[in-house]
Amino acid sequence: MCAEELDFIEKYDLLGCIQCGRCTGGCPVATRTPLRVRGFMYDGLNEERLEELSEKPEIWDCTTCFTCAARCPKGLEPLEVLIGLRSLLIEEGKVQPTVRDALESIFKDGNPWGSPRSKRMDWAADLDVKILEPEDEEKTDVMLYICCTDAYDPRVMKVAQALVKVLKAANVDFGLIGEEESCCGSEVRRLGEEGLFEMCDEENVEMMNSYNVGSIVAISPHCYNTLKKEYHGLKHPVLHYTELVAQLLEDGKLTLNTEMKKLITYHDPCFLGKQNDIYDEPRYILTRIPGAEYKDFDRCRERSLCCEGGGGKMWVETESKEERLAEIRVDDAKEMGAEVIAVACPFCLLTLEDATKVKGVDEEMRVADILELLAEAL
Amino acid sequence: MNGKPRIGVYVCHCGTNIAGTVDVEEVVRFAQTIPDVTVARNYSYMCSDPGQALIVDDIEKMGLNRVVVASCSPRMHELTFRKTLNGAGLNPYFLEMANIREQCSWVHEDSIAATEKSKRIIEAAVVKARRLEALDQKEVDVEPATLIIGAGIAGIQAALDIADAGFKVYLVEKSPTVGGHMAQLDKTFPTLDCSACILTPKMVDVANHPNIELMTYSKVEDISGYVGNFDIKVRKKTRYVDVSKCTGCGDCASACRQAGRFANEFDEGMGMRGAIYLPFPQAVPAKYTVDKESCLFLSKGKCGETPKCLEACQPKAINFELEDEIVDFKVGTIIVATGFDVFDATLKPEYAYGVYDNVVTALEFERMVNASGPTGGKVVMLERGKKKKKKKEGEEEEAPKVPESVTFIQCVGSRDKSVGNEYCSRVCCMYTAKLAHLVRDKAPDAEVTVFYMDVRAFGKGFEEFYDRVRREGVRYIRGNPSEIYRKNGKLIVRAEDTLTSTPLEHETDMVVLSVGLCPRTDTRDVIDLLKLSQSSDLFYLEAHPKLRPVDTASDGVYLAGVCQGPKDIPDAVAQAKGAASAAMIPMASGKVKVEAQTSIVDETTCRGCGFCVEVCPYTAIELVEINRMGWHVKAARVNEALCKGCGACAAACLSGSIQQRSFKDLQLLPQIQALGVK
Ligand SMILES: Cc1cc2nc3c(=O)[nH]c(=O)nc-3n(C[C@H](O)[C@H](O)[C@H](O)COP(=O)(O)OP(=O)(O)OC[C@H]3O[C@@H](n4cnc5c(N)ncnc54)[C@H](O)[C@@H]3O)c2cc1C
Ligand SMILES: Cc1cc2nc3c(=O)[nH]c(=O)nc-3n(C[C@H](O)[C@H](O)[C@H](O)COP(=O)(O)OP(=O)(O)OC[C@H]3O[C@@H](n4cnc5c(N)ncnc54)[C@H](O)[C@@H]3O)c2cc1C
Ligand code: SF4
Ligand code: SF4
Ligand code: SF4
Ligand code: SF4
Ligand code: SF4
Ligand code: SF4
Repeated sequence: MCAEELDFIEKYDLLGCIQCGRCTGGCPVATRTPLRVRGFMYDGLNEERLEELSEKPEIWDCTTCFTCAARCPKGLEPLEVLIGLRSLLIEEGKVQPTVRDALESIFKDGNPWGSPRSKRMDWAADLDVKILEPEDEEKTDVMLYICCTDAYDPRVMKVAQALVKVLKAANVDFGLIGEEESCCGSEVRRLGEEGLFEMCDEENVEMMNSYNVGSIVAISPHCYNTLKKEYHGLKHPVLHYTELVAQLLEDGKLTLNTEMKKLITYHDPCFLGKQNDIYDEPRYILTRIPGAEYKDFDRCRERSLCCEGGGGKMWVETESKEERLAEIRVDDAKEMGAEVIAVACPFCLLTLEDATKVKGVDEEMRVADILELLAEAL
Repeated sequence: MNGKPRIGVYVCHCGTNIAGTVDVEEVVRFAQTIPDVTVARNYSYMCSDPGQALIVDDIEKMGLNRVVVASCSPRMHELTFRKTLNGAGLNPYFLEMANIREQCSWVHEDSIAATEKSKRIIEAAVVKARRLEALDQKEVDVEPATLIIGAGIAGIQAALDIADAGFKVYLVEKSPTVGGHMAQLDKTFPTLDCSACILTPKMVDVANHPNIELMTYSKVEDISGYVGNFDIKVRKKTRYVDVSKCTGCGDCASACRQAGRFANEFDEGMGMRGAIYLPFPQAVPAKYTVDKESCLFLSKGKCGETPKCLEACQPKAINFELEDEIVDFKVGTIIVATGFDVFDATLKPEYAYGVYDNVVTALEFERMVNASGPTGGKVVMLERGKKKKKKKEGEEEEAPKVPESVTFIQCVGSRDKSVGNEYCSRVCCMYTAKLAHLVRDKAPDAEVTVFYMDVRAFGKGFEEFYDRVRREGVRYIRGNPSEIYRKNGKLIVRAEDTLTSTPLEHETDMVVLSVGLCPRTDTRDVIDLLKLSQSSDLFYLEAHPKLRPVDTASDGVYLAGVCQGPKDIPDAVAQAKGAASAAMIPMASGKVKVEAQTSIVDETTCRGCGFCVEVCPYTAIELVEINRMGWHVKAARVNEALCKGCGACAAACLSGSIQQRSFKDLQLLPQIQALGVK
């Protein structure tokens, strides 16, 4: 066996796989795309096939939801093999233009949306929020880390604005990073651009460590996961906003007074639930909205269905005639009579809202981030 | 045996294990030059008969009074060579092992250096051998009685064997009845014997055997002493029923105000019981028990005017004044047969056990297919947690629905790192085949599917049984399911058929989770009583996985059944018979030898700090008051029967007052010095 082959096999512990099929069995996209991740665990043992494998279009169908890894009885992470294959392709420069553009934009402007850095703070223009200074003597309790999607996408922007409103209502001492803020690199890593991710890791950690803050609160579960689990040497504790808000409600620092007579359900984002075991906080928050009735999806918590928003899927379209998972989600919500699908992730917001439009139910069914609901319930 | 040391040195080749690396001839030439060495030889296998004969011959002909064997580790062959010395009339503790295999030839490649190292090791051993003392191995009498903890099939079988051999048995069972898990099963693989038919006679036998004292609903509270002489304290919890009067008629249970209100543990919560109950009709002893928590009178102080059961009981057996009873007795040996718990399926939330009524564990399913179980042996869909509607006059009770499809999932909670259980539970492949067969039998129209990742059919008759079940029309699909959800009133099992790479959304009415066998959640109780060790799977650890599978590290304490590791009934019974005969060895001989290399205290220098008392893992040391030249002071004293010679105390003692025989400072320090350590 040559060194490279050993590397690939050892890196992903391919010899530990017993071909049980739990990974494909749980893979949400396996029912609508040709992706059979177990097969890659087996075929990857043959070095001569790596190139051929990396050229299979289905490696781009993976949403990096992590279900395969969470279910694997041998502690393996099959999705990483797919990411590894994407890396091989990227190394050779064979990537789709949409992906290339997103990566270039991150390198140049610190965001994948092809927008200039100077526009990063436009969403907060009228909000009167403190912009943090590095090496400030005075400590600020909370540094908000705003996801690129929240910062630039006109729809998702409202979520970030709601966060500011909610934290102000609870008198939280917080601040924003400002134009210095850059993409966390979660999608970069998952698209297979390891080198660029390492740069995000290094530069962001250095930048964040230079601030005098008590904790970092991320608005997106993808950023949260990256900061918390994939960065090296970050000295501040990292929270997802649902953790902070649930605590504020429990401590009585945030009170909700406006009724919302709606049947609300909640879609667990993979990066918050399956990957970080945060299931209770979002439910705690939603069940405290006055007048609202709360009901879980049948497929909820550890069994939640991925919305297909992660893993770079914002830039790679899946070719499939089968129904999108987000559409299945909307059907299920409709069947239980839900009027609002609450989410806690910018990608879930976009995919599910789009699905309500495709299904023609956007009039009667609303998709909203928990924060938007909270801002209305203050 | 005093006088000038005359030492024999025997260098073993161990085939090429040692001689392949160490120049044994050269080592022997060197040994001959060490002072006090009368003779040095080498031989291919010192442990073989001719090898040992060399030593015996030299002792007799040359008057050797010390022997150094340079070979493997003491763990391997110290006992062998002690017996050799004994056979030649020399005190066996005049032996010193020089380990030139594990500590030299096996771990070095450089032959010259290894030869030099062997010389050092041997010289150091000779230095120690010179200072060895004769030790007396004492014997103690053995109490001809055994305590058996746990009365599942393993405990029952061990009890019957020992009692039949004429020894006394105290059989202590925690629950109100004997039988353990086997009593819950319907049929048993691979022969499909009815479990109750083969178990019940044995349950009755343990209750009636003149040599067995059965204590059910009881708990061992304390164990002290050592092999041959254990002191046992047992708490017999009160049943609030005088067992000498109770006839087992059951009038109380039907009268009880709480009748049918509580989940019956024996039925895995699927059947109901009252506050006074018998777990199942064939329970042994057939005596009713009042459960304190569910009894109105005991928990609330009031049950109507008078408790209904008191009124109903003709022989006046129920008495709420009764209290727990403490009994003390002595035994020579102990067998632990505490069994297992099934894997808690809620730890795999993806299977939605506890969310959907018709995702059941295999043990629940065993109760369902059991003719005396909660559904009378019918395979039906469950509506859990739903209160039964009161039947109106003349109204027909709606017949429960029979599932059109039953699906089994193997390896639930076994072979699964994500829940911390890496081991295979050994019985679930076969009980799945058995239960699948029973579905075929009882609900012939239902489609039966088994999802598996491997089928391990390794026992006698197993593969033949698996072949039979498949041909009965049970679909085996190779793929371990990942998730269960619900769609259009059906359960959907998400899996991949790994043989065709097809993702499946398999529709079914009922899913049976083939849960694995796990160490009991109260495992620590027995560990604390007996200082047992656990293997990495957290089952109790045997003394040697191959050659001492029923012994533990504690002399006189043995293991039987699933508490040592997952196994089926035939294996549990075989191991129980093994443990019974192991426990009878000291009892039959009537005496056991106790450790000779124990510790002794020099009472003239001991400061009575008690440090050794704290470190001794066998509670062999206590502080006693002594008279030192008119002063009453404290000093440590070792109970030699309890001391296992571990040496912890000697290492801990700051004043060097406690010393272990054969490892005294005066013996060890010169040996270390001879190795070149300063
Ligand atoms: C669903 C299922 C189906 C099975 N089907 C089959 C089959 O068809 N054929 C087959 O061969 N095997 C089968 N088995 C395996 C079989 O159940 C076990 O091999 C057998 O029950 C092991 O018996 P045991 O005595 O070791 O343990 P157990 O049956 O668990 O008995 C242990 C006993 O010890 C008692 N106890 C525990 N702790 C204490 C304590 N501290 N003090 C006092 N008492 C205590 C318990 O109350 C219990 O009575 C099946 C297992 C399962 C789960
Ligand atoms: C290739 C191989 C590898 C294995 N590896 C392992 C392993 O790694 N670990 C493990 O645990 N097990 C292993 N096993 C299994 C292991 O060998 C057996 O479990 C074990 O040897 C069984 O011992 P036994 O005493 O029952 O039978 P045997 O070893 O067969 O001993 C039977 C003895 O009886 C004698 N005999 C037969 N008939 C008569 C007669 N009529 N009169 C007098 N004497 C008679 C025979 O000559 C023989 O000496 C392995 C088996 C094989 C084949
Ligand atoms: S779940 Fe794990 S062990 Fe099973 S096939 Fe997938 S990678 Fe292999
Ligand atoms: S991460 Fe999710 S989408 Fe990707 S292979 Fe695993 S289960 Fe499938
Ligand atoms: S009524 Fe009395 S005798 Fe009959 S079972 Fe109950 S306690 Fe025993
Ligand atoms: S016996 Fe079969 S079902 Fe049970 S853990 Fe082993 S392989 Fe899995
Ligand atoms: S026959 Fe031997 S090799 Fe084949 S499955 Fe059984 S144990 Fe394994
Ligand atoms: S040698 Fe070990 S067992 Fe003996 S008294 Fe000392 S510490 Fe206790």
